[in-house]
Parts: sequence; structure tokens; C-alpha cells
Amino acid sequence: MTVEDEIEIMGQRLNDKIKKIFGRSLHIREVDAGSCNACEVEVNALSNPIYDIERFGIHIVASPRHADMLLVTGPVTRNMELALLKTYNATPSPKLVAAMGSCACNGGIFGDTYASGGGVDRFIPVDVYIPGCPPRPQAVIFGIMVALDKLPQKIKKIEAKP
Amino acid sequence: MNREFIAALKKEFGNNILDEITSLNETYLTVKKEANVKICDHIYHHLDIPLVSIFATDERKKDGCFKIHYVFSLDKGDAFVIIKINVDEKSPRYNSITHKIATANWYEREIQDMFGLVPVGHPDPRRLVNFEDWPDGVYPLRKDFDIKTKPPRVEGEYVYRRVEGEGVYEIPVGPVHAGVIEPGHFRFSVAGEPIINLEIRHFYTHKGVEKLFENISLDKAVFLAERVSGDNSVAHAVAFCQAVERIAGVDIPGRAKYIRVVLLELERVYNHLGDIAGIATDVAFAMGAAHANRLKEEILQLNEKITGSRLLRGMNTIGGVPRDIGDKKDEILLTLSEIQRDFRELMEYLMSIPSLMDRIETTGRIYNDTAKGLHVVGPVARASGINRDTRRDHPYAAYPETNFKVSVQKGGDVYARTLVRADEVCESIGLIEQALWSLPDGEININIGEIPDGYALGYTEAPRGETLYWVMIENNSIVRCKVRDPSFCNWLAIEYAVLDNIVPDFPIINKSLSLSYSGNDM
Repeated sequence: MTVEDEIEIMGQRLNDKIKKIFGRSLHIREVDAGSCNACEVEVNALSNPIYDIERFGIHIVASPRHADMLLVTGPVTRNMELALLKTYNATPSPKLVAAMGSCACNGGIFGDTYASGGGVDRFIPVDVYIPGCPPRPQAVIFGIMVALDKLPQKIKKIEAKP
Repeated sequence: MNREFIAALKKEFGNNILDEITSLNETYLTVKKEANVKICDHIYHHLDIPLVSIFATDERKKDGCFKIHYVFSLDKGDAFVIIKINVDEKSPRYNSITHKIATANWYEREIQDMFGLVPVGHPDPRRLVNFEDWPDGVYPLRKDFDIKTKPPRVEGEYVYRRVEGEGVYEIPVGPVHAGVIEPGHFRFSVAGEPIINLEIRHFYTHKGVEKLFENISLDKAVFLAERVSGDNSVAHAVAFCQAVERIAGVDIPGRAKYIRVVLLELERVYNHLGDIAGIATDVAFAMGAAHANRLKEEILQLNEKITGSRLLRGMNTIGGVPRDIGDKKDEILLTLSEIQRDFRELMEYLMSIPSLMDRIETTGRIYNDTAKGLHVVGPVARASGINRDTRRDHPYAAYPETNFKVSVQKGGDVYARTLVRADEVCESIGLIEQALWSLPDGEININIGEIPDGYALGYTEAPRGETLYWVMIENNSIVRCKVRDPSFCNWLAIEYAVLDNIVPDFPIINKSLSLSYSGNDM
């Protein structure tokens, strides 16, 4: 199967899911919390004409205030910790967080040191982990799909609150 | 060249030179601490030799002092001269050379933060790598600092340069940006649209890479080098491996050298295509960007087919390369010939769009003397008339056996940088073809075993420019690894490139410089 076929099949599944949950589209804000920029290469690849994820209803937005989901890369460096927390707090609820790449999942090669925080879930709650160094664009799409399944529950929780 | 150079230097500064060691093409001269400004100034200004790195080492255990190394690159004779001074722990101060050599600015501030050695007379002694919430007196690269320590956050404030006057206001941008890019802070001072001052503040992605090198095994260190700056993985890995191979005194098999050239050039092609796409995106020319991005994606998919990794990771090891790519030769050649044809067409098309040309001509100009003064490297330097290329000046891998042209432009604007990159894409494809056609038979790696104690430089020309590693090994483990990413040299140039340009042109200028935040911050 070619990359184009793979993307077509996964993209359609993703699109169906997004339509069911959001009606139209899912807005994602990407946050680099100290990655080596390889994950950014792959996130940018998602918008190239081969993958073109906008056609499946995914929009990468410029502000966390417009986002339904944060896609966080990097091990969370000491110097990015505050910026990540501020971005998380600026994102309206219900929100999803995907940790993308090995360092976002658990610190990866950078581990837990004086400068590296050792993974996103030590600082903000994470809904889905997308391993890989960096994950292929197909893996990112799959990860987003898995995260979406968690949203109905979150919405219910918020609605249940008086 | 090197021997004559050292002899002349000794004649000039004989009584200030304490010690001389030569190994390979590197000559280390230990000089009196007080003489550093005089000697560096002489080499840099009088002999016109570029200063390519400054770094410190903590050798208190062995020699009872810290050492600061000033690395000068003799491009004409493929040699390096390293001036060393000893700095005592009890008086951790030495004379700053920044007032004479502007490019020393960040290096000296980095050493101040990481080793606690104070450059006396530095014009801007603020923190650089460690932020204001980092406590005083804690220096991560000192040997007595444990990598797992998490120093408490303290109160502190970072003071930006202020521009004052009627109608002047500030625009703070970052660290989280609107696009999918890495984090960093930009503080613009503007009056209306034109930028009158820009101050950059980085090191948000500081991950403690140099300290980490000292705490992991040599095999893992190659893995880490690939992750210093993700899209320059191969250049970093090769530079690191070459430094270790030079310490071990081994010559890797010819086939491995040729495969490294193929990988290095594939990396250059996809990076330059991405940069050209970025420039088209930033002038809102979506169709041009789509074409360039499609070509980039084709290279990434080719990379995956031949190496298993879209970013060519895991393809270098100390002593050669772990996997052969010779059987994929036809596929690589076919894909590249198609890409070259489409790319030529694309460039002709892009250069014929008046709205694009209008945005990139004369925009973000870096004058030759600014580029030289800041020691700007890579395509950015070559677009400002600096004829330097590590592949030619300090040949490594199989480059001595290949033919290629170093593209140089004089304009120094976004247009010139685009032209240099476009030329380099075609040259790189030519280099890959040459390397694949003359791929020698034989082994692809050799087992080096135990690495003897020693130190050496490793260098490559990454897509962004000259990349330097200085590795010191004792007991088969790394005691110091200094990484000098090209972006560390080029970042300060952006403060000059944007002057008198309008704010909306900043993204194009930034993209045309193609800077890595992670490589800079480490």
C-alpha cells in the first residue's frame, strides 16, 4: 500500500469521527516544549499536499484559545515549563492533550535532568501518547483518532457538574 | 601552512606561549591568561582568520584549573589553531575578547552560565542559557554538578534593552508562536511599521545536551548527537563520529565515506526544499509552497525507503555506517532525477512571480562586514559574499574525491539566500549521483573497540552551515563534548537583518536564515 492509500483510508476514518463528535472540524494547537525540531518537521508535513490533513477536518490553529486539542512535543524543559502551563490554561475545556514523540512521552534520550522535565504528563494531564522519534505522520493521525474517543466522556463529566 | 603559521605566531608572542601540542590538523597553544586578548585579536584581525568556537573544560581534577579554548579555522591550509588559557578556580575571571571580536559575545556568556567563569569587561554580562530563576553559584557543566540536580527556582528579572521615544512601542512575540515552529522570544521595538530594534531571547529549549554527553555511553552518544537538532541529524551524527574516529586514529572504510556523503547531501536537499517552501508560504504564495513541500515530502519518503527513517536517523555509528544503501542505488537516482527536473521548473516559476520577487528582493539584508563580524556560517554567509564551505575548506568523508561548486552571492538579502539554496540543491543532487556511481566495494564499518584517551575536533557542513564537535575521551567515556551548531553563530545576525524592514517581513527573513532553536539552545 502506498503512503497516499494509507492516508486516504485513515483520513476518512478520522473525518467520520470528527464529524460525529464536533460536527465539522477539530482545532489543534501545537506546542513545542523543547523538542529537537524533528517532531515539528513531521507536524508540518501533515499540512503538505501529500497528507493535507485539512481536508479531513483538522485545522492547526495559531492560538490555544481556538484549540480543542494541544499537541505537545519535547521533554518539557525547565525554561519552557511556565509557557506550557500558560498555554494549557488558555485552552478552553473540554480539551485534549496529545504527547507527541518519545521525549514528550517520557523524556526520551533527554531523560529527567536539571534542564529536562522527563515528559509532558509530569506537568499537565495527557490523554494520548504518540511514541516514535519522530512519529510518522500516519502515527500522528492515528494518535489524534485515539484521543478523540476520550472526548465524549470528558464532555459528559463537564455537563454533569452543576 | 599550519607550521609556518605557528612559527610566525611564536616569533610574535614567544614569551607568552607556554606549551604547544599538535595532533592531526589541530595545534593547541597554551598561552598566558593575560595574553588572550592580544593574541586572539592578532590572529583574528591581523591575520584575518575566523574564530569558529570558544568553549571551556573543567580539568580541575587533573590539572587543577578550568581551561578556555579559542578555536581558529585556517581555511586555506585545512588546519585549526586552538589557543588555550588556564583559569584558576579561586579567581574564576579572565579578560573578555568580545570588545575586539564580536562573535565571542554568546560564547563568553554561555561559559559564564555553565562554568561560572567571568569574562571581565564583557559589554553585556546578562544571563544567557540559564534563566533569571536559576540560582547564583550553580554551574551545570562543572564536574561537581550532578546532572539529576534540580536547583530551586529563585526570584529574578530579565531586563530587555529599551528603545524610547515618541511613537515607539514594543511587540513581544513568543516563546509559543502562531506557527508550528520552535520556542523563542522576540522583542521588537517599532515606530509604525519599520523595526528599529529587535532583541532575541532564546535557550527555552535548553535540554542539557552537553552535560548529558558526559553521562552516557559512546553508542548512545551518537543517538544523542542525532537529536541535537532534529532536521540536521546526519550532519551532527557524522561530526560526532568523525571526532571520535579521529581520536581513535582510524580511517573508516571507503564505502562508508561515500554512503555518508549520500546521506549528508540528502539531508541538505530536503532542508533546502523546506526552506524554499517556507519562503513561499511566508509571502502567502500557497501554490509555490505546495510544490516545494511536495518535493520535500518525496525526499522524506525516499529517505524512509532507503534507511527506514524519514530523517535519516540511525545511519551512523562510530567506525562507519550500520546499513548499506548500495542496493537502492537505482531507486535513489531515478527519484532524484525526477526531483531535479521538477525543482528547476519550480525555481523558474517562482522567480517569475512579481509579487514574490517584490517581497524577497532587498529584504533582510545582511551586509558582508556584518556577516563576517558575527562569523555567520553556511548558506547565509555565502549569500553575503563569504566564500566558506567546510566540505571544501576542511574536507571530510568522501568529499575530497568529488566535484562540486560552492555557490556564492553578494546581495545578502532573502533573494540571495534563496538563490544560494537553489544552487546547492542542484549541486547536492550532483554529489549524490557522483557518490553512488563511484561507490567503492568493501566493508561499511569497522569495529574500533576501546577508544584511547584524547581529544579532537569533528566537523561537517550541515544544511545550515559549519557544525563543530570537540570531544574529549578518558577511559573510553566522554568527559567533555562541545557542540557548536551553525545556528549559534547565525542567530545574532537576525537582529541586524531585520533593521529598517517592516514587521510583516520578519517571518520571511527568519525563514530565509533557517535557524534551529534546539541546535542553538541544546
